[in-house]
Amino acid sequence: MSGGPFDGKAVVTGAGKSQVGRRLGRTGLDLTIEAVTRAIADAGLSVDDIDGIASYPGPGVPDLGFSGATITEVRNALGLRSRWYLSSTETAGQIGPAIEACMAVTLGLANHVVVYRSVWESTAQAGAGRASVLFGGGALSGHLEYTGPFGALSAANWLSMPAQRYMHDFGLTREQLSAIPLNARANAGLNPDAIYRDPLTLDDYLNARMISEPLCLFDCDVPCDGATAVIISRRDAAAGLPRHPLTVESVGTGMFERATWDQRVDVTTMAAHDVAATLWEHTTLGPADVDLAQLYDGFSFLTVIWLEALGFAEHGKVGPFIESGERIALDGPLPLNTSGGQLSGGRLHGMGFLHEACVQLWGEGGERQARNSPEVAAVGVGGGPVGGAMLLSTR
Amino acid sequence: MTDTESPAQASSQAYTRPERRLLPQPTAESAAFWSGGRDGRLLISHCRSCGHFFHPPGPVCWRCRSTDVGPEPVSGRATVAAFTINRQPWIPGYPPPYVVAMVELADEPDVRLITNIVDVPLDEVRVGLEVEVFFEQWPAEPGPDDAPVWLPLFRAAAATVGGAR
Repeated sequence: MSGGPFDGKAVVTGAGKSQVGRRLGRTGLDLTIEAVTRAIADAGLSVDDIDGIASYPGPGVPDLGFSGATITEVRNALGLRSRWYLSSTETAGQIGPAIEACMAVTLGLANHVVVYRSVWESTAQAGAGRASVLFGGGALSGHLEYTGPFGALSAANWLSMPAQRYMHDFGLTREQLSAIPLNARANAGLNPDAIYRDPLTLDDYLNARMISEPLCLFDCDVPCDGATAVIISRRDAAAGLPRHPLTVESVGTGMFERATWDQRVDVTTMAAHDVAATLWEHTTLGPADVDLAQLYDGFSFLTVIWLEALGFAEHGKVGPFIESGERIALDGPLPLNTSGGQLSGGRLHGMGFLHEACVQLWGEGGERQARNSPEVAAVGVGGGPVGGAMLLSTR
Repeated sequence: MTDTESPAQASSQAYTRPERRLLPQPTAESAAFWSGGRDGRLLISHCRSCGHFFHPPGPVCWRCRSTDVGPEPVSGRATVAAFTINRQPWIPGYPPPYVVAMVELADEPDVRLITNIVDVPLDEVRVGLEVEVFFEQWPAEPGPDDAPVWLPLFRAAAATVGGAR
């Protein structure tokens, strides 16, 4: 409860989620307001208590539902008097703004920061072709200049290559990898908000159509409409609030190599490895203390990367670790992606994992509650050159 | 090395160019990379201070931070570091399947290019496959307002093809 980068001062006091679904036909701002106001109420606060607001990604990104609502839109809609605000994409993954909110409350720049992420990709992309979703026309900029001409427009292509190399080098099999989507689907079946809840079998997985080998349909997450929000408070401002405050024990923000999808020295590692290294630098806790993992699964292989980056398995040895799925099941020692993740729950884009970690630490997962009454949760989000992590506890 | 090969000869095997590719709009920094193929040369950013190549192109060497950098030709030989067989149609006019690969340059293994491996049966593409560059000009017949680009594609290196092909 003390120590760590925020000396125990940064805590989570509330969490909220909007309606989540496919093609809801609601605007990103509408969904955002629903999640934000639910999080505020969950914390036992009123809108007027909120004096900070933060979000990923903010304005200036290709839209098509990727950015549900900017800070300006939410501030104006709610008439917020904010003492501190921020949005960013060049930060430690999709939870980077939550990490920065921890800094803001620790430094006294704000008492209660609402942090949200909202998407309405399912509605926005309805009817648009795949290439337009990924690219949207115009010049191929940045990384796409060097991948798009070769038909590698999707992160499915960029990440299937390290996945292929990992399988080649370390013998990870598709059967082993299937533990990630099968576990996600099993948990989603217990989550009324999840997109895909029907049972998924190993045969379904092995017979699914390939998207970009070795990744098949079930290795890819599902776009959705929805928003998630958490309230980051300074501990001394949280006295008297209804919830047990969750301590932000540490955060991972490292990026030691060039942030690229293909030039990292070891192509079987990613930004997650640097992120995790910094997460553990700041705390006396270690991987063995973690009893809940919420790890990004925009593609199943990214969860493999996070599992080893955070030290739950050695480099290259995630296959045997997840094999059979027993370790990562709700009744295993390290319950993983308990809401169904993005693979089956819907691509709430990073913040969904932070939201679910809080729900689980408060013991409110309902049917999907981790059986081990988790006290320490690791959240790792992002893939390729994007990554951020947070370690939360009930202590 | 492809100095003696024209793009037309290079493309004349089983591989046929797709109807459409999404094309780069070269910048001041990337122009050499995308146009070196006009002369059959793969031009990669090179640091005259530390002697290393780097990619993508930029105004400074990320290793030694020298700004004494510029495009230099490399051998065009490379090794497949990782690959995927793309099965999903993303781009109208460019139907799957096609192989997307990261290749490591023989001249500087730290430098990887994303490219297509062509003229290799899908089940024979593997990590460690030695490949060599050839170039595909786009548009094939540029109009008066088009600045063509030459995309570096890779196929099995001559020495490794053997009689099977």
